[in-house]
Amino acid sequence: MTVNWTDFTPWTALGGGLLIGLAAALFVLFNGRIAGISGIVGGLLRPAQGERGWRIAFLLGLIAAPLVYTLAAPLPAMRIDAGTGTLIAAGLLVGVGTRYGAGCTSGHGVCGLARGSVRSLAATLAFMGAGFATVFIVRHLLA
Amino acid sequence: MRILMALITGLVFGIGLIVAGMTNPAKVLGFLDLAGHWDPSLALVMAGAALVALPAFRVAARRPQSLLGEPMHLPTATRIDRRLVLGSLAFGAGWGLAGFCPGPALASLATGGVQPLIFCVAMLAGMGIFELLERRRS
Repeated sequence: MTVNWTDFTPWTALGGGLLIGLAAALFVLFNGRIAGISGIVGGLLRPAQGERGWRIAFLLGLIAAPLVYTLAAPLPAMRIDAGTGTLIAAGLLVGVGTRYGAGCTSGHGVCGLARGSVRSLAATLAFMGAGFATVFIVRHLLA
Repeated sequence: MRILMALITGLVFGIGLIVAGMTNPAKVLGFLDLAGHWDPSLALVMAGAALVALPAFRVAARRPQSLLGEPMHLPTATRIDRRLVLGSLAFGAGWGLAGFCPGPALASLATGGVQPLIFCVAMLAGMGIFELLERRRS
């Protein structure tokens, strides 16, 4: 392992993290809910009274974020190396996995850890471990 | 009011993801590539988020209802079972394949072209498969 100091962006990473934490804080304090993206999306797929409005509003805000961001500054560069087949496989795994695992990077990784949940810690270790292992296999064993 | 607050929260969350660099899959994979040329940035995203979220959840845990008078919907599950671990492992594998997790993929939808769209459609299909399997089980 070597550390990639050229691409290391400590201040924007910390600043963005603070904003993500702020969103999680606002949501639990004002709405009494966990800002977990996979749970908010997945909940739309099952019928529940009075549950649709806030979920759709949250997702509209999330989807509109880059449009609002461009009012202040140009969007940072984005590079997606995955081809169509990989994107489909990855999307399916993320969709099924986050629902069985009851959360993703936001629900378990941010909110769950901040709540001190051991269950979320286990989930976070599992998906981080699988993420590290997958990149290792793809980049260093198969390539 | 709670709808408006949800909209604002989603927006702040999304802008945070963009500022943090999470909407760039190449950067996310740079963090997951421990054995290669490792970019530690995303560890600081987690740290920054925890810094604000920790005290908020501490306050929230003691409140009978939210500031808007809503009931608190905090998770009660504590069991670490096979579903949780296998699901999270599958999620991590998908995350490592493309560099997208659910939030950043949705926050890239409006401006990122066709690739985030393909990922999001597949993700929704995956969640749909889960719902079908769950309904068949019950």
